[in-house]
Amino acid sequence: MGDQEAVTGTSRVKRGMADMLKGGVIMDVVNVEQAKIAEDAGAVAVMALERVPADIRAQGGVARMSDPDMIDAIMNAVSVPVMAKARIGHFAEAQILQSLGVDYIDESEVLTPADYANHIDKQLFTVPFVCGATNLGEALRRLNEGAAMIRSKGEAGTGDVSNAVTHIRRIRGDIARLTSLSPDELYVAAKELQASYDLVAEVARLGRLPVVLFTAGGIATPADAAMMMQLGADGVFVGSGIFKSGDPVQRAQAIVQATMNFDNPDVVAKVSRGLGEAMVGINVADIPVAHRLEDRGW
Amino acid sequence: MTTSPLIGVLALQGDVKEHEVALEAVGARTIRVRSAAGLSGISGLVIPGGESTTMSNLAIRANLFEPLRAASSAGLPMYGSCAGMIMLADRVTDARPDQQTIGGLDVTVRRNAFGRQVDSFEIDLDVPAVGTTPFKAVFIRAPLVESTGPDVEVLSILRRGGAAGTIVAVRQGVRLATSFHPELTGDTRIHDLFVQIVRQHS
Repeated sequence: MGDQEAVTGTSRVKRGMADMLKGGVIMDVVNVEQAKIAEDAGAVAVMALERVPADIRAQGGVARMSDPDMIDAIMNAVSVPVMAKARIGHFAEAQILQSLGVDYIDESEVLTPADYANHIDKQLFTVPFVCGATNLGEALRRLNEGAAMIRSKGEAGTGDVSNAVTHIRRIRGDIARLTSLSPDELYVAAKELQASYDLVAEVARLGRLPVVLFTAGGIATPADAAMMMQLGADGVFVGSGIFKSGDPVQRAQAIVQATMNFDNPDVVAKVSRGLGEAMVGINVADIPVAHRLEDRGW
Repeated sequence: MTTSPLIGVLALQGDVKEHEVALEAVGARTIRVRSAAGLSGISGLVIPGGESTTMSNLAIRANLFEPLRAASSAGLPMYGSCAGMIMLADRVTDARPDQQTIGGLDVTVRRNAFGRQVDSFEIDLDVPAVGTTPFKAVFIRAPLVESTGPDVEVLSILRRGGAAGTIVAVRQGVRLATSFHPELTGDTRIHDLFVQIVRQHS
């Protein structure tokens, strides 16, 4: 018999939880009814929040962690894992979410940042964290702070997939470049990426992030999901794209099927039929730079 | 008997890649199974870790349960880790009433038996069937085996902690299941055992 007691909150347990979500769709939900629709459609997890990004964008104001009663209600209503968002740097919101027993915390640029210099010290928590990134350096800084899963940021609440594409291509391109460097060049690469040398060397050796990489921010159609999976995402977050569309039940199922069968255009074509209106959407290019969420997080 | 058996990994969702790596490390070839057609030509099937509610849902939509049950009845060796254990169990408690399983393993399992993600843990485990060195076992929102039928061999029991006495690995003939995730640790002894079962069967 090994002489070790059970240990919770290890890196392997946190990262492994994200491995179980691979190939799946995580859906934003704002109430129990939506959470059940998401679970019935085959969502692999739900993200409980008060307003989807499109509404945060439309209504403005400070966006914060959701009401614990609402998160509790959703945790009681579904059997899939429940995630919830904390503001960037707001470690007390994260402490509350851990106390509630959520399965994953998203330290998210969709909410108004609480700290414009520091992110949460995620190593201090038992609950795992997912964080957004627009490039490899940002992803590795989040991992250094203890994130156990990364999602490319895209531009939440737009229904415009272009930034999601840019970010996942950039992350994968940055990784591809690292794998082509000789060992003595990795020190400067770490400096340029503003990331720890150990993580940079690990990524160069693995040819991928040492954690699961999902995509987010603008995915609104089955074709969007299939494209992002083909570009190398391990899975998909859909925020406003489902419940801001004409037929959320159908669209939720269709995006799940397209994510699973991303390499089979016949299936993606079939599930793309008769979905009704997609969310109206906003072109990222039309959003003033100051209102773009991708620049939150550093 | 083939020297390098072809083993399918059910690829609806979950940690498919990690199982492929482990199986290939012990000399098997792998193929992803997403449809009934994918079940032909394989000599074993792994049901990976993932979310059992989602996996059941996706298998229903893909009309996979009947072919999977037929394959199981025909004696196809199957190994399930975590969600895969739930998929192989004859009886599941604490699941959605519409959750279906392949069955074939005469056990009752309880979903999320250890609590939510903050209660997920790793521990050194005795699994005598794969050797005397303790197995580094990772439990993630894991199920446990509440009861077993007469033909089920218990391969491992938790010895420590609040859940001491819990059955976490079982075998019934060509069916193998673990509450934990050997595919996440680099220790391939459980996969090696499964490939041995497949080789002996074919």
